[in-house]
This record gives sequence, structure tokens and C-alpha cells, in this order.
Amino acid sequence: MKDISSKVLEGDPRAIARLITLAENNDPVAASAMKDIHPHTGHAHVIGITGVMGSGKSTLISELTRVYRKQGKKVGIVAIDPTSPFSGGALLGDRIRMMELAMDEGVFIRSLGTRGMLGGLASAVYDVVEIFDASGKDVIFVETVGVGQAEVDIIKIADTTLVVMVPGLGDSIQTLKAGIMEIADIYVVNKADREGVEQTMAEVQSLVDISCSDKARKIPILQTVSKEKKGIVELVDEIEKHKKLLEKTKKFEAHRRIRYEAELVEIIRKRLMNLVFDESKFKDKVESLIDKISCKEVDPYTAADEILGKILK
Amino acid sequence: MFDKKELEKIKHGRKDWEKNCYLPHKKRHPERSKKFENLSWNEIKNLYTPGDIAHLDYIKDIGFPGEYPYLRGIHPTKYRGRLWTFRQFSGFGSAEETNRRYKYLLGHGETGLSVAFDYPTLYGYDADHPLARGEFGKCGVAVSSLKDMEILFSEIPIDKVTTSMTINGPAAIVWAFYIANAENRKIDRRIIGGTIQNDILKEYIAQKSFIFPPEPSMRLIVDTFEFGYKEVPRWNTISISGYHIREAGSTAVQELAFTVGDGVEYVKWAMKRGLNIDDFASRLSFFFNAHNDFFEEIAKYRAARRIWAKELKKLGAKKPRSLLMRFHTQTAGCSLTAQQPEINITRVTLQALAAVLGGTQSLHTNSMDEALALPSEKAVRIALRTQQIIAEESGVTGTVDPLGGSYYIEWLTDKMEEETYQYWDRVEKLGGVLPALEKGFYQREIAEAAYRYQKEIDENKRIIVGVNDYKMDEPIEIPILKMDEKGEERQINRLKKLRKDRNNTKVEKNLNALRKAAKSEANLMPFILDCVHSYATLGETCQVLRDVFGEYVEPAIY
Amino acid sequence: MERRIRVLVAKPGLDGHDRGAKIVARALRDAGMEVIYTGLHQTAEMIVETAIQEDVDVVGLSLLSGAHMTLFIDVTKLLKEKGMEDVLVVGGGIIPEEDAPKLKKAGVAGVFGPGTHCGDIVDFIKKNVKR
Repeated sequence: MKDISSKVLEGDPRAIARLITLAENNDPVAASAMKDIHPHTGHAHVIGITGVMGSGKSTLISELTRVYRKQGKKVGIVAIDPTSPFSGGALLGDRIRMMELAMDEGVFIRSLGTRGMLGGLASAVYDVVEIFDASGKDVIFVETVGVGQAEVDIIKIADTTLVVMVPGLGDSIQTLKAGIMEIADIYVVNKADREGVEQTMAEVQSLVDISCSDKARKIPILQTVSKEKKGIVELVDEIEKHKKLLEKTKKFEAHRRIRYEAELVEIIRKRLMNLVFDESKFKDKVESLIDKISCKEVDPYTAADEILGKILK
Repeated sequence: MFDKKELEKIKHGRKDWEKNCYLPHKKRHPERSKKFENLSWNEIKNLYTPGDIAHLDYIKDIGFPGEYPYLRGIHPTKYRGRLWTFRQFSGFGSAEETNRRYKYLLGHGETGLSVAFDYPTLYGYDADHPLARGEFGKCGVAVSSLKDMEILFSEIPIDKVTTSMTINGPAAIVWAFYIANAENRKIDRRIIGGTIQNDILKEYIAQKSFIFPPEPSMRLIVDTFEFGYKEVPRWNTISISGYHIREAGSTAVQELAFTVGDGVEYVKWAMKRGLNIDDFASRLSFFFNAHNDFFEEIAKYRAARRIWAKELKKLGAKKPRSLLMRFHTQTAGCSLTAQQPEINITRVTLQALAAVLGGTQSLHTNSMDEALALPSEKAVRIALRTQQIIAEESGVTGTVDPLGGSYYIEWLTDKMEEETYQYWDRVEKLGGVLPALEKGFYQREIAEAAYRYQKEIDENKRIIVGVNDYKMDEPIEIPILKMDEKGEERQINRLKKLRKDRNNTKVEKNLNALRKAAKSEANLMPFILDCVHSYATLGETCQVLRDVFGEYVEPAIY
Repeated sequence: MERRIRVLVAKPGLDGHDRGAKIVARALRDAGMEVIYTGLHQTAEMIVETAIQEDVDVVGLSLLSGAHMTLFIDVTKLLKEKGMEDVLVVGGGIIPEEDAPKLKKAGVAGVFGPGTHCGDIVDFIKKNVKR
């Protein structure tokens, strides 16, 4: 679809939005357009933002965007919210906190539901990042769903990952030790005007001291009060410092590789799942196999062998 | 409250009654529902007896009207001495049209005025501001300057009748318009009476017509408390409101807990500034909703009085007048239907009766057409007559707190008070009112309750007559209020002329003085009055404060 | 089932009554749709810009202040200018029956006044979504 992909490369908002939708819905048109735009990607700095609910991620992104915009950079923001496992629907509520950016031509915000995917991301996020990149965005923020032990997939896609915390959640830092706390390139203690900020800083600092004791780079911890625009410029500087470090140590390529691997895995996974469970060719076979498993005529492993065998033929 | 032996007898009597009378009957004739709940989803028993209120001490917990804890009323004579004020909330289009409506209402027996402003005014914008597009006069009267206030109250005796103004963000400025207008008519500010709603906390929680962030808003409010008790002593400088919280979907208990909680917060803020509680507390007033569950509403008002008296005593109030909770009530707008609008009259009657039996000082009854538009003359007249019938014909005004002592009502009053304190505990754990607000606690509770209520209606578990049962297909045949289409143009021209004719140097000087004062800790009322007297507009004055205080962006909670 | 209906729920103008908008947003979510709620005080430009970026199938406008004839039509006009007539527009709030035909003519396909069952809005959207 030369039409839509060339429009995307020109930065046309409607084309960008439409291609994202097509990719999200696994529309065959999308695959063709994504092929066209891939050669034009690789310039944008992808910044992942994760953290507990209520840590002010969206407001923080809003303020960071403002600073980048002053520098003349174009910004894309992907905001991900959980899809209800029961209804399949979602309340995509991050955008509402970034309303002041709504009319800035140099900012594009897209909300995605996780649509069943675990890890804190949405399946389509790789496509969105590629589309934003190809359409000329210099900085891409990816805001993930809340936080937990499992929502760490952000590192697969981000060049720089920020983990955002709020004071007064002292216990949570202990429970977060494994997983979320390990993925940060930069820690941010937002709402730093709240009570308990010293304690939070101390806990994060001790974590950093332990985990970075043998490393070249000590993970920086910054304080911000995003509502009052405090600490934002310093945070942007720190992000830029990290970017320069990635360029210098050639880690950018390594990060990109991880992303492309994850993207490839995701595309294959989607295709396989689609093939097996949605397309009529195999769907009936799968249904009858599930029935057989239910009456113990066949076990799940044998059934899987059978399906995979048929596909690989 | 009862003799121990008597209670034992009653307890056994009840058990026997249940075994021999109630249960056998229920078996043959099942009850209409497995559970009966009120609008706070509290289960209601089939019968209440002295056993349910045995823990209460009449003197300590219930008492006498006009004495602590004021459960039975704040006045010893209540409606035997003076009826509640018939105060119909009203306003639309331009000041001229609303002035006519006020004269109509006063002519038909209304005893107090209440001003509804349009959205631009509520947000502190002049009628010609770009954001005012399409909104002029649609849900209230447009007031952009002192000139409009002069027209609004033209030929109305504001030295004899009190005026309530529903205005929050720019309340200080609109109050200044009123005071300035009175002074221009040679009426002393010391004798004018009325209320400004001026309750910013519930704006953040429910009504959403806030302008500035919490801290400067609270500063402005305490400025008005201080100016009020010193300069305009007959004025209620705040109407701490639960009406809007309820309209946004809260339960009755939440309405009670959040509202009285807000009240306590305001008192604490004023005391933090150094004001003496006994100086300003008697000028704090409240505003509640009158919703559908008849007995729950009555219990709510009674509980509110007792809780307020207790809390103010705890905070150190010494004068009895400081402990009195005076409140205005409005029947629930959200309970009215667009379908078969005439039956709204019945809803309003029941709700108004609950407010009266609960001891309201002032009452607004909604009109039947309000789910469709602003009230027509006929509709508002019927609403007014509803109050007059309750007052003159129903007989309920002959004794004070007629439902006091009812086992059900006293039990429910107590229960609602208990649940209020439970909510306050939760707010405390979140760090207090403002932190809880920032964390979205109130908004979340309200959104949950609203959704649950709507689901019950959608699933036909809760019947709304005319909407999900007793339906009919008929065209709506009641007259709908039409507004003067030329009103907006007239207003904008008036503004243009005003900006030309006034002394603009003076306006500039006064606005700058206000700007400087806003950055300091001075009380802003005198500065605002100067601006207003020189005919600075609402928008211009508000913009100065916007520049200094900033604008509030709400946390988005569904 | 990858395709979800994407709905923008918007509050145009100064009206601050968001109880209905929030309830409808939740009901649509419970019906399997992806809902973006704009929050308060939206201009037509902001609403349409959001509709573009989020590539929504439906725009739902909620208004209780009486300014719907101006503000709803501002939105439908702008959508038309941007060539987005394939977006289904519905509206709700305090809207007198006599205004509904004029709104429909201006592009508001469904008008849902007080007393509307949430299920009716869901059904209407599912039946009438154009894309």
C-alpha cells in the first residue's frame, strides 16, 4: 500500500493513526505498509516509562514532552492501559492527563489496550514505535501499564527505561526489588514534595549501591514534582546523557537488536495464533482436538505435536 | 434508654412474634424481595423495636431541640416559630430576564432569592470570551460586571430579602458585585443578608467548576470568612455542599460523610490562619440533597446536625451559636425523569417532605420539566406551591422533630453517623482531605456508586417509574422555557460599552493593586471590591487571579 | 477477535457534569469497546484532533448545559471538514426532544436523553458503526 506508507513517511497524522489501527488489528494491508516503512526507522530515541499506578507517569511524560518540544524535537507517545480480561474492552485513560499537548502539532499521542498481552505492553507497541519512528518522531515515550513483578517487557522496546516511584510507598520498594527495580536506567521519585521522600530516596539509593557496586555506571536517582514542573529539565539532561552513553558504547545497536528480536517473536506468535485459532483451515481441527483432550482420548502434548506438524508441512 | 426488664420482655416478644406470626405469614405470602436496602445499600430490617436503640441515652444522644447535640433541631420552636425559607434556585439568559423571574417568584410567595449563573460566569469568563461560545445564559444568568448585577436586582428590596448565590471559583468577586450594588443603592453592607456557596472542595470532588488550585482557593475562602464576620456580619460566607456530591452519584452516607468532612476541613484551615472559631463558625452554612429514600434522608439531616455539633465542640468552639448546623436543601435533580414529566411533581413532594421532617432552614423544590430544560413559569409556580402546601396544609409543622423517637429513624441516624466516622478514618489514613482528593479517593467512591446504581436500573433491579417500568409512549406536552435569542448580543454590546465608558486608568490601577495583593498575604476582598466598583469585569478580575494562582487540572478518575 | 470498536467520549464546552459520561464510558468498556475519555472543557478542535490520533470509530458527546446546538454541531462540522464522515457521532445529556431532528440532520446519528438504558447506546453503536 504505497499510499498509506508514503503518507506515514510524510508525517500525515491520519495515515499514522490509520496504519496503527490496521497493525493492531492484524490487517494484511498493515504488513505490506510496515515492510515499506521499516528502512526509514532507527532514528528515534525510545524512552520507556513504568511505575506504580498513581506515580504520575502521564504528567511526567507531559512535562518531559514540553521540554523536548522547546528543543524543536517531535514527540510520539504510546500510552498503554489494561484490557479487561472479562469483556475485552478497555478504559484508555492516560491521554486525559496530557490534554495540554492536544493541540501541539509536534506531538502525537496514541492509546493502546493490552488486549490480553502480559508483561505491561501491548502486542502492537512494536508497530507503533516503528510507525512513529518512520514518520519522523525524534523522541518516543512508551508508557506502560501500572507495575508489578511481571510488567518488565518495557526493556525489550526501550532504549532508556525510567522507573517512576512516589514517596510513601516504602513497603512497595521492598516487594518490587526483583523485577521492576532491576530494569531501570534512571530512577525517578516523582511527587517529591510528599512526606516520606527522604526514606524513599534512601531505600532506592541502597538498592543502587548494591546492584551497581561492580558496574561502570551508577544508576542515577532524580527527584521531580511534575505538577510544578520541578526537576524536569534535569531529568531530560540525564536521559540525554544516557543516550550519548548508548551511542558511545555502541549499546544502541544491542538494544535495537533486542527490540527487533522481540518484535519478530511477536509477529511470529501473532501469525501462529491467528493461523491455528482463527483461520478456518485449522480451526475445526483444533476444536475437535480440544474435545478429544476433554474426553481424555488424547493428551495436550500429542495434540500440539499434531497441529505443529500440520503447520510446518 | 429503656428499662432492662422491659427490653427483655420486648426481645422475647419479638422472637415469639417472628416465630408465630411473621415467619408463617411470610411462608404463605413471600416478601417482594429477598433483601430490602436503602440508597446507601444498607439493609433495612422488617421491623425496628426499642431493642434497636436501647444503647442510646435520650439526654446525651438525642436531647432537646435548641440544645446540644442539636439532633432534634437547632431551634426550640422550629417551624412553630418560623417556617423554612422558600428559596427557588433560579436564573437564565440575561439579567433582565432573570430579574423578571425573581419578581414573579417573590410575587407568588417565595421568601428568599437564589441565583443560578451560567457556565461562563461560573468559570469567571465574560460573555464574550471564546470559551463562552454557545454557553451564554443556558443554565443560569450571565453576570459579567457590576452593571449586570445592578440590572439583576433592579427594584428588588435586597435590604429586606436575603439572596443565595451559587458561585464557587469566582465567588469572592461575585460577592463583591453584590456588596457594591447594595452600597451604590445606599444599603449598608452590615445589614445585607445572604449566602455565597464558595465551597471549592466539593468542586474538586463533584461539581467541577473550579478555577484555581486548592491552596490559593482555600486562601480566598478564608479571606471571605474574615471579611464576612468583620464587615458583612449577616452573610453566610460559605454553603458547604453535599447536593452536588449526591448528584454526581454518591450514596446518602457518602454525601453526609464527605460534606461534613469538608466543613471540618474549612474550619481547620481558618483556624490555621489564626481566626477564632467562635468568630466565624456561626456563619458557615450547609446545603444538602433531598433524594428518594424518604427515611434515610431524614436520618441523614439529623445525623449531620449531631456530628457537626460534636466536631465543632472538639475543635474548641465555646459559643452555642458556633455549634448550630444551618442548612438549605434542594430536591434531587438527578431523580427527575424526562419521561412522563408531570410525575416529577410527586417525586419532588416526597423529597421536600423529607427535607422538612429533617428540619431544613431553607428549601428549593425542583420543577417538573427540569430533566428537559430550565423551569417554565408554570412549572416553577407548581414547585413553589408544593412547599406552600406542605407548610400550610400538611400539619407536619405543628411539632418539632416529629420522627424523633421512631425506632427506625433513631437507629438509622445512629448508623449513618457511625458510617460517617468510618469514612473519616479512611480519609485520615490517606493523609487528610486534600491528599485523599489528590489520590482520587472521593471521585472513585462516587464513580463506583454511580455505576452500581445505574447498573441496577439497567438490570431492572431498581425501578424508576416511567423509565424501566410503567412506561408509555406519549409526546411530551408541557411548555418548555424559551429564552430571548437577542440576550447574548445585548450582553456583549453592554460589555463593549462598559469597557469604553468606564475610567480605564482606574480599572488598570485597581487590577494591578489586586495582582500585588494576591502575591502577598493580604485579605483580597477590599482589593476585589475596588476593582468591582470601578467596573472591572468578572473576566478581567478573575484573569489577574488566574495569572497569580494558576489553574487547576483535575486528576482523571473514572 | 482483534478488532475492537474504539470510542471517544468527550465533554465539549464548560459543562462540568461528568457522571453520565463516566458511566457510559464504563458501560462501553464492559461491552468490549476501547474507550478514550477526554475529560472536561474540550473544544471542537481538541475533540477532532484526539479522534484523528486515536483513529476512533465513534465520537460520543455529553452535554448537560444546554449548549448542544452550538457545540455538537461545531464538532460534526469540523469532522466533515477533515473528511471524517465515516466516524459515527452520538450525543447525550439534557437535550430536548425537539432539538434531536436538527442534530441528526447536522450529523449526530443518535441522541440519548435522560433515562437512556446504557444497553441501548451499546446496541446503537454496534449496529451503526460505519467502519
